Amino acid sequence: MCRDLATEVEKLLLQPSAYVRKKAVLTAVHMIRKVPELSNIFLPPCAQLLHEHHHGVLLGTIMLITELCERSPAALKHFRKMVPQLVHILRTLVTTGYSTEHSISGVSDPFLQVQILRLLRILGRNHEESSETMNDLLAQVATNTDTSRNAGNAVLFETVLTIMDIRSAAGLRVLAVNILGRFLLNSDRNIRYVALTSLLRLVQSDHSAVQRHRPTVVECLREPDGSLSRRALELSLALVNSSNVRAMTQELQGFLESCPPDLQADCASGILLAAERFAPTKRWHIDTTLRVLMTAGTHVRDDAVANLTQLIGGAQELHAYSVRRLYSALAEDISQQPLVQVAAWCIGEYGDLLLEGSCEETEPLQVEEEEVLALLERVLQSHMSLPATRGYALTALMKLSTRLRGDNNRIRQVVSVYGSCLDVELQQRAVEYNTLFRKYDHMRAAILEKIPLVERGGSQADEEAKESKETAQLSEAAPVPTEPQASKLLDLLDLLDGPSGDAQHPPPLDPTPGGALIHLLNLPCAPPPPAPIPNLKVFEREGLQLNLSFVRPPGTRTLLLITVTATNTSGGDVTHFICQAAVPKSFQLQLQAPSGDTVPAQGGLPTTQLLRILNPKKAPLRLKLRLTYNHFGQSVQEIFEVNNLPVETWQ
Amino acid sequence: MQFMLLFSRQGKLRLQKWYVPLSDKEKKKITRELVQTVLARKPKMCSFLEWRDLKIVYKRYASLYFCCAIEDQDNELITLEIIHRYVELLDKYFGSVCELDIIFNFEKAYFILDEFLLGGEVQETSKKNVLKAIEQADLLQEKTEHVSARVSLGVRKRTRICAGVLTCIKM
Repeated sequence: MCRDLATEVEKLLLQPSAYVRKKAVLTAVHMIRKVPELSNIFLPPCAQLLHEHHHGVLLGTIMLITELCERSPAALKHFRKMVPQLVHILRTLVTTGYSTEHSISGVSDPFLQVQILRLLRILGRNHEESSETMNDLLAQVATNTDTSRNAGNAVLFETVLTIMDIRSAAGLRVLAVNILGRFLLNSDRNIRYVALTSLLRLVQSDHSAVQRHRPTVVECLREPDGSLSRRALELSLALVNSSNVRAMTQELQGFLESCPPDLQADCASGILLAAERFAPTKRWHIDTTLRVLMTAGTHVRDDAVANLTQLIGGAQELHAYSVRRLYSALAEDISQQPLVQVAAWCIGEYGDLLLEGSCEETEPLQVEEEEVLALLERVLQSHMSLPATRGYALTALMKLSTRLRGDNNRIRQVVSVYGSCLDVELQQRAVEYNTLFRKYDHMRAAILEKIPLVERGGSQADEEAKESKETAQLSEAAPVPTEPQASKLLDLLDLLDGPSGDAQHPPPLDPTPGGALIHLLNLPCAPPPPAPIPNLKVFEREGLQLNLSFVRPPGTRTLLLITVTATNTSGGDVTHFICQAAVPKSFQLQLQAPSGDTVPAQGGLPTTQLLRILNPKKAPLRLKLRLTYNHFGQSVQEIFEVNNLPVETWQ
Repeated sequence: MQFMLLFSRQGKLRLQKWYVPLSDKEKKKITRELVQTVLARKPKMCSFLEWRDLKIVYKRYASLYFCCAIEDQDNELITLEIIHRYVELLDKYFGSVCELDIIFNFEKAYFILDEFLLGGEVQETSKKNVLKAIEQADLLQEKTEHVSARVSLGVRKRTRICAGVLTCIKM
């Protein structure tokens, strides 16, 4: 329908009656919105219509030009030529265009002014020349508009938005920020809301300018009005930096205690993020996280528990301090689940430090063993505890059996009771611990040792890259990165087998079902782990050596991982080192990015590269390697086939 | 602007103008939700709120809430001015407008709105011109009413004359 009527509308645009023209222009606006291709019909009349005196038609024309520019870059370029004309119209409007019928409280036709400013914003965006033409006008409008009434404020607001969007002069930007600052101090809530929204947009580009208004923003946090406090919260979180982090966190935590529930989640995660980025000391970080957990524990993100345990684990000097604080917090309130989980874990790990007695940083707290056990039992039995929490508490109890000096009857009792619990998870754990007490008491101390520092679970690629940096001893550690969540007991299993240097363990969470402990218990009867395949030296020339090490991950009978390690014992660096591989057609080869393309001299850090070979047909493996590099100023290219590949690589 | 709603403090809808195509069911749903949200706001709160992906600007005049839904790029403060201008127009036309005027003369209220806003945008910024257009429309309406009234009156007169003749004849 729009296409059919477009020409009719165009004719009406030129009608003598202004009444008809103004309606025709707005119809054209809607047609453009519906069918952008009609813009070439409506583009020519615009130039003539801009000379209108009738405000209604002029307003419609500006709207039409705005729509055209938004939808077509060609139109944008065309209308940029009209910027001086638009500037002229606005200037006359502002200075001499006062007429009673169009004005609202001293501001001449604010509707038209706002629309022109919007168009100027679109035209001046990313265009130096147009922006320069507008600078004076914008400054004039900004300073001369009467701001006692809403109409003036509306025009001023639009001016500020325009200044922020175009390539304006620095002085003009400062003026804009100052106007927003003035808006913030206005008693009218609407104005303050509008100011907060615009400052949020500005904070990315003019951070320091917005920082000056930080105190006012923090004031707005205390507003009872929901929309205002939400905006203030977002802006405050954006304004936190290393110099004001302590003060801001204080304010934000005060806000967290009194804010409505829908904002609590955002506030809590915001505080935790800010604490992570700008924490001045570890102790402050732990304190802040604890306080957030205590106030809004139910609304924090899931990984808060993991982060906190990792943080505490890493801060060795603060173990005693953290365990005490967590113990007192837990003793007061066992309903906040994340807090309870962290506290249970901590008490389990560092129970001995808790009972030792003295710690300079908190008040002396005399804790009896019985009290600790009673508290953990309370957590276990409470109906408020989630199953995960119960798991934490049970494991903590178990760990305490080695940390505490008293006898373990109470613990053994609890553990045997939960052996018949309805929750499968708990039951499994309890049965395992029971067996630990009865049959493998001699191993208990070793199994329940302190967990080594847990690295943050990195991405799969990270772990693999770190793996390939090591040459030999890849055999048993290889399965660890492929399993997403290794169980705590599986970690302990590795401890038992002998530490595998860099095993990256994700933070302890629910163990995988299928009793890894049962694997431990069956150890004497279990088949021996596959013997590691010996390394192979495949290439040597002038000090540059190439070694291959092989891994067959158990579980995937067709996958072979080869790590190519290049070491350089000569006096000169090897640069632009590229290694390529070829395999027979039935194989699938995947080369991962090498760790670098320079092998430094004198036995420096070797360069490694991982190859993944899939062998679905179990055919004998043949591998051809091609090396290109620069050494001693010469470029070398070598192609050779790898002989003597051990049979275990493909069988 | 996407739509404008007028409703009383009890939540009864007095006027609705939609500038986007929506099904009846959707309109009812939006109206219900929005009325609830706006009525739940306390008197001192600011006039703007975010709802779904729209900005809602509302203002209370006596017992009526005027509520507009605008898009992201629109200026909220100027929308407040639009609402105020509309109320002024109603006031000028009805003379000290109250809710009853709008209830009993809702079609006039719609006409005034249609003269002021077209397709969600302001079409006439001059109060005088809008009121002049309404006046002309009123005049036109009266003229046509007058003409149709004269026609119906003429028919009735002739019927009476006939009836009188018949009675005369009877007698």
